Formats: sequence, C-alpha cells, structure tokens
Amino acid sequence: MSLTTILQHCLTGISLGGAYALIAIGYTMVYGILRLINFAHGEIFMMAGYFMIFSMASIPWFISVPLVTAATIILGVAIERAAYKPLRTAPRMSIMISAIGVSYLLQNLATYLFTAIPKGYPEIPFLKKIFRIGDLSASLVTFLTPVLTIILVFLLMQLINHTKVGMAMRAVSKDFETSRLMGIKIDTIISITFVIGSALAAIGSILYFTDRMSVTPFSGTLPGLKCFVAAVFGGIGSIPGAVVGGFVIGVVETLLVAMGYSTFSDAFTFLLLIVMLLFRPTGLFGEKSTDKV
Amino acid sequence: MKKSTKYVCSLAVAVIAVALLFALDANKTGAGMLISILQKSAILAVVAVSMNLLNGFTGLFSLGQAGFMSIGAYITAILTIPVKNLDGVYYMSGIAPWLRALKEGMEASPSWLQAIYPFLAMIVGALVAAGFAALIGIPVLRLKSDYLAIATLGFSEIIRAIFSSPQMDQITNGSYGLNKVPTFPSVFGLPSLFTPFIVAAVSIALLVLLINSTYGRAFKAIREDEIAAEAMGINLFRHKEWSFVISSFFTAIAGGLLAMFMRSIEAKTFSITLTYDILLIVVIGGLGSVTGSVLSAFIVTASKEWWLRFFDQPLIIGGWQVPLFRTGFRMVIFSLLLMIVVLFYRQGLMGNKEFTWDGLARFFRKLGKKPAQAKGGAEG
Repeated sequence: MSLTTILQHCLTGISLGGAYALIAIGYTMVYGILRLINFAHGEIFMMAGYFMIFSMASIPWFISVPLVTAATIILGVAIERAAYKPLRTAPRMSIMISAIGVSYLLQNLATYLFTAIPKGYPEIPFLKKIFRIGDLSASLVTFLTPVLTIILVFLLMQLINHTKVGMAMRAVSKDFETSRLMGIKIDTIISITFVIGSALAAIGSILYFTDRMSVTPFSGTLPGLKCFVAAVFGGIGSIPGAVVGGFVIGVVETLLVAMGYSTFSDAFTFLLLIVMLLFRPTGLFGEKSTDKV
Repeated sequence: MKKSTKYVCSLAVAVIAVALLFALDANKTGAGMLISILQKSAILAVVAVSMNLLNGFTGLFSLGQAGFMSIGAYITAILTIPVKNLDGVYYMSGIAPWLRALKEGMEASPSWLQAIYPFLAMIVGALVAAGFAALIGIPVLRLKSDYLAIATLGFSEIIRAIFSSPQMDQITNGSYGLNKVPTFPSVFGLPSLFTPFIVAAVSIALLVLLINSTYGRAFKAIREDEIAAEAMGINLFRHKEWSFVISSFFTAIAGGLLAMFMRSIEAKTFSITLTYDILLIVVIGGLGSVTGSVLSAFIVTASKEWWLRFFDQPLIIGGWQVPLFRTGFRMVIFSLLLMIVVLFYRQGLMGNKEFTWDGLARFFRKLGKKPAQAKGGAEG
C-alpha cells in the first residue's frame, strides 16, 4: 500500500470515527447517569436515518436537518419516559431487558413500516462535492465530519462544565440520591441527557448514512454496539474518552477493511472491548470507582 | 393434594404426550406444521432453560447464546453431512482434505458406531462450545452485569465472524452456509420424530437436577447477593464458570438439534436477533423458572409460527381491508407484548416459581371462588 492510499483510508476512517464518536457520546452520557446500556440507541440512530429519507422526499435539506433532529429527540425522550422511567427502582437486569425490548420493537416496527429492503439515503448535494488536497480526494462530508464532531464536543463540554444544567448532570451521575436531596429534579436531568444523546445521534446518523447511501432496519445494531465499545474504550461516563474511542474504532475498522479482513472488522471491535476490560476496566479516561458492600 | 394423585397426574400427562407423538407420527403428512412447531419449541425450550440457568438462577446477564448455538450447529452439521453430498455442499472452494478423510473414516466404521454417530457429533459440538465457554469465561465472568452482557454479545459476534470468514471456507463453507444436513436420527428404535423431544427432555432433566443440587443452591445464592455468598464460602468464580460452561454445553446441544431441524444453516441464522428471541421466551416464562421457560417456549413458538400468523396476512372484513395487517405486523405485536411483560408483569408467566399440581389446583380454586371469599382462603 502506498502512503497515499494509507492516508486516504485514514481520512475515511477518521470520518467514520467522527460519526461513531457522536453516537458514543449518547451511550456514555446515559450510562454515566442511569448505569444503563441503552441498547435502543443504535435503533434511534437507525430511525433518524429513516426520518431523513422521508423528510428529504419533500422538504429541502436545511429544513430537514433540524426537523429530523427534533423528531429523533422526541423519539429518544419518549423511549426514556415509556420504557426506562417506570423501572427506575427495578433491578438492573429488568431495565436492561427493557432496553433490549425497545430495540427489538423499533427494529420490528421499522421492518413493518419500511420493509427490510434497503432504502436509498437522500443526498445533500453540497456534502457530496468532491474535494482534493494533493493526491487525496474525498467528499466534503468526509472532511466535515471530524470538524463538526470536535465543534459539537467542545460545545457539549462547555455545557457540562460551565452551566448549571451541566453541574446538575455531573451531580446526578455521581450520586442519584444525594443530588435528589439537593433539590435537583432527576427526571428533568435524565430527559436532558436523552435530548442531547438523541440530537447527537441524529447528526451522527446524517453524517454516517450520507457516506453509506442506504438504510435498513438492521443498520443500527452493529454501529450501535461498536459505539458502545468506543464509549467503554474511552472510559464510560467520559465524553472526551468516547470521542477518542470513536475515532480509534473508526480508523482501525477502515484499515482492516482496506487490508481485506472485512469479516473480522466487527470482531476486532469486540476483541478490543474484551482486552480493554481485562487490562483497564475503567477505560482510557475513566475514573476509578470502588464498590462498597 | 396427595402425593399419589400428583404422580398419577404427571404420569397421565406423560402418557398423553407420548400418545400424541405416536398419533402425529402416524399422520405425518397431515400434521407437518404441528410437528415442526412442536420440534422447534422443544429445541428452543432447551436453549431457554440453559439461558435461564445463567440469567435467572445465577444472575449472570449473558447474551452469547446465539454464538454457542452456532458452534453446536456448525460442528454437528459438518460432521453429519454425508460424504456423497460433500461436493455439492462445498461447491465453491472444496472441503479441507483432513475433514474429508475423517468423514470417510467414519462412514467406514462399524454400524453401531454409525447409529450413535449423529449424537456423538452433537456432543462433540457441545464439548467444543463448553471448552470455548470455559476459556472466555476466565476473563469475561469477572465483569459486572452490563459489561458481561456486552462482552458475551461481542463473543457471539466474533464466533459468527469467524464462521463466515473466507479463511474458513474449506471447513464452514464461509458465507454460503451448509446444507443437506441429515434430519434427526432415530433412538431406541422409535421414529425419528421423537428424537428432538427425547434429547430436549434429557437435557432439561439434567439441568433441573443441577439446579436442585448444592451447586444450584450456590448459584441462587450468587444471584441473590454475591458478597454474602462469598462470605458463606462459595467460590464465586468457580461457580460462575461452571454455570457458564454447563449453560453453553446445553445451548450447543440445542444448536446441533437446530441444524438437524432446519437441514441447512448459515452464519446469518445466529445473529443477535436469535439471542433476543430466546431472551423473549425466558422473560415471558419468568426469570428463574424452568417450567416457565419450557411452557413459554411452546407458547411463544406456537403463537409466532402459527396462531398469530394471521397478523401477517391481509385481513378483509366485509369488503373493507383492515389497514394494519401485513407482513411484519406479527413481530410488532410480539415486541409490544414483550414490552408489556417487561413493564407491567415483570414476573412473566411463572415468576420464579415452578409449576406444581398443587399450584394448578390452587389456581383453579381461586378462579372458582368469589373475590370476597378468596380473601379469607389462606390454606397452603
């Protein structure tokens, strides 16, 4: 492989990683607060893809994008209210089963409504414009994704570290009961978490599917799991960690596919997870937690 | 209820079941649908009970079932495909020479060995799965609930990727899958229709014996409180490992049965969805109830494949077509049902209780009584 091809693949990988990072943030935030793997997050991402297909059919992209984001947010919050909130005091296994149930439901619902045949993803013209830098060539979306990811993450970090809502979120993720005693409205904070997570999933979905061109009811499952792995890799609960994890997984996956091991690219992700859990269970940037009896 | 009455009841049910199977065997062509549903239910019951051993009894949330099933299914299929069909199955890249030699050697073996050969294949598959489980259990079982779930799910995906990879073409036929798997062999001279039921019954009986043993009690202790269990002298890791290995063993047995049932398998069959389907059976049956899992395996499979089929067909009432009824609606109903069970009837069908004749009698007595009287009725 020549240097140019390697660079080209790296560029694709970084772009994929950017989309992964945006989705991974949703996992890491929900896990940080609810201690729940939101198995439905991958399906929310998939549904955002379908929303985009339908809104782009009649509305130009600059209205579609906010519309799709809003619809995804509503979906995410509705799932939280309907499926997770009633189980807040239930054992953790019940909530996890509920999350799996939601993901199962959304998949079947999508199969029912949109059939299992892949649907073509609409093109946003200016995103597909080809750019050249030296020998490298890629569409605008490839360059835009990492930049947009970093901007969004920066904004999110500002929100979390320097606003009252962010402070409340940090408090809730540290200690549920105490923060409730301090007068924080837990349900509102959890809903806000889902709002942010779903919005980022919607943007991630637009960036991801613009490159992949088609959506099926099952196209959310594997990216979803990979992004969860990205979140664990970076240290669950840590937003910079999720971003780094997303980029690492995106780049390595693209390189593996380029080297001809495409069947193993998914397996690699999980191998990474297991190795990580063995040697550094808290992830790259995770905080050490101690279990008390 | 007297002990003798209970025995009579159990015996009666067993006799009816066997008689039903003989009746079905006599009428194979007419009852093909019913037979295949019952067989599939029996196979899924084994997986459900072994998943319950992990999730319900030991409290380990594992989602690797599909992976272990695929190990059992692939090994059984590879070992049992007749030599004469090999070229047709491996039409793309041929079969590995050592595998062909092994299979030719088996076909030349004495007839008694050939008679038990399919079962040997199934047991080999199960042992490989168990060995694999033991190996991955060492790192994975140290993890806490949700990490364990995602790690086992990951392993199941890795296994699937390995089976369908081009590097394994000569053994697993890569992404083309395997077909021409022979159907169930017969046991004890009974018709081959009986085989899945006998294997399922034996597997479930063994699992029940395990659950009622000291090991089973230790598993339940771990489920209730790991730290307290450890303080009582239970070796946490060893018991979790045993639970994981045994569960994988029987899951793989069911995988082997599934290969014989479907006659053709491919890696796609064993995706995450299969695990979710089994989880649905376990949750509806009740986490921690063997009889619940078995009952729910039959009920869920029957409704999915048969009773609720009409959801997928267009329904026309008086010339007006009901709009919702079309392909896929059945699965939507199913997932809604799962959500309702999860949210409102967390106990499932049986909770963590087992089916007993006393329980059934009490249930009917309660139904017969008026609500006001039922309040006072506190007889054991």
